[in-house]
Amino acid sequence: MPSPDTEIATTPSQSRASTGTPFTRALGLATVIAMAILGLFGLILSPADVQQGDSVRILYIHVGTVWIAYVAFGVTALSSGAYLWKRTTSLTWDRFAGASAGIGVLFMALTLLAGSLWGRLSWGKFWVWDARVTSTAFMFITYVGYLAVRGLGGSHQQRARRSAVVALLAVLEIPLVHFSVKLWRGLHQDSSVADRTHVNLHGLMLFSLFVSLVAFSLLYAWLLIHRQRVLAMQDALDDTGLDYALQLRRDEGDQ
Amino acid sequence: MLRVARLVAAKDLRVELRSRVVTNQVLPFAAIVMVMFAFALNSDAVVSRVAPGLVWLATLFSLLILVQRSFAIESADGATDALRAAGVDPAGIYLGKAIALAVELAALELVLLISAVVLYSTELRVGGVVLLVTTFVAATCGLALVGTLYGGLASGVRGRETLLPLLLLPVVAPVLIGATRATESALGTGGATVADGWPWVGLLAVFVALFGVGGTLAFGPLIEE
Repeated sequence: MPSPDTEIATTPSQSRASTGTPFTRALGLATVIAMAILGLFGLILSPADVQQGDSVRILYIHVGTVWIAYVAFGVTALSSGAYLWKRTTSLTWDRFAGASAGIGVLFMALTLLAGSLWGRLSWGKFWVWDARVTSTAFMFITYVGYLAVRGLGGSHQQRARRSAVVALLAVLEIPLVHFSVKLWRGLHQDSSVADRTHVNLHGLMLFSLFVSLVAFSLLYAWLLIHRQRVLAMQDALDDTGLDYALQLRRDEGDQ
Repeated sequence: MLRVARLVAAKDLRVELRSRVVTNQVLPFAAIVMVMFAFALNSDAVVSRVAPGLVWLATLFSLLILVQRSFAIESADGATDALRAAGVDPAGIYLGKAIALAVELAALELVLLISAVVLYSTELRVGGVVLLVTTFVAATCGLALVGTLYGGLASGVRGRETLLPLLLLPVVAPVLIGATRATESALGTGGATVADGWPWVGLLAVFVALFGVGGTLAFGPLIEE
């Protein structure tokens, strides 16, 4: 029989079956509505571009996803800094960093995908060796590596410290890669995305772009909160799993 | 800190001198990579045009092996844990391992440069010697600092062999770009002049400074587990 003091501790957050709360449900609903409005403006109400035709509508996805990816990686860096700052060692910061990086990687992948499709339509090429495009790809790979570091195992605090250091090193690396690729490009070729993607933004197009930023920001907030809660549950599960295994051993000893 | 660094570097180099893994395995690997590049490119003109890039690419591949090796000798007997338990300054361990790695890399780069001269008919020119040496010193320091940092991170965990290239290669991309361009200038590949090369050495110097400071600060938290 397990004695009372070795019983598995469960807190309310550990025993909860869902990650939803009234707030996140309202946020989710707002996201769906904003996405519907984005669809309406992006696909129907906004005009096609004079030069690029309907392919300009990819812009409403592309700008939204790249915005989220940058915000997400920024949040990862800030949360990692907050975790390491004077040894706060609050795993919540670590989980926010991890949750945000996961979302960032997803949206960076979407950005690269939408960007290359758009590039094929407007420049005839999937890829250009532009500094911004290239450093975006490096950023993507860097955070895929960050997520791999998070999956290395060890204790939660080990994972948190290791991944926080990697996240801060990424902040050092990204500008350096961008700068060096820019210098490299500068010597070889003059073309850049900026002057080949000349889009004259109609008023309604600009508004649709704004709707896109709002809709994607809401989506990010919703995903971040849920993902953070899922990670907290996973950690709690790992802890309970260990307690449970210890308990089984103790029971064996008792027999 | 510097005394610790010197002791750790001397220890690492002594291990390598006695085990001869670097001379008997890593150097031949780097040489065969240079031969394989020539097979893949299949043109004397192309090979001699891209020789500086190939030298640095082969250096990066060998760096991955050297870093694995540098931390394999530590984790095999729990040596890092012992050093930490003895209260040795992590910054000293970091710099010491980086110095040892830099010495190994320098030997490797010399072999690669000689094989480029022999295999790719690369010609060295007198005016570019200062630039060439400065580039090799700066790039070697940069690679050794970053390699040691990420090697320390990936040491002692499962799956480190596959993780290290994923983490390390994106970070050293600026070194590949900068060192290749500066080497082209020093050798005069593709009509590059010596003066073109110095800004790239500047880039390498910034890289060394940033990761030297960042690595010294970050190495402690990484291995202290």
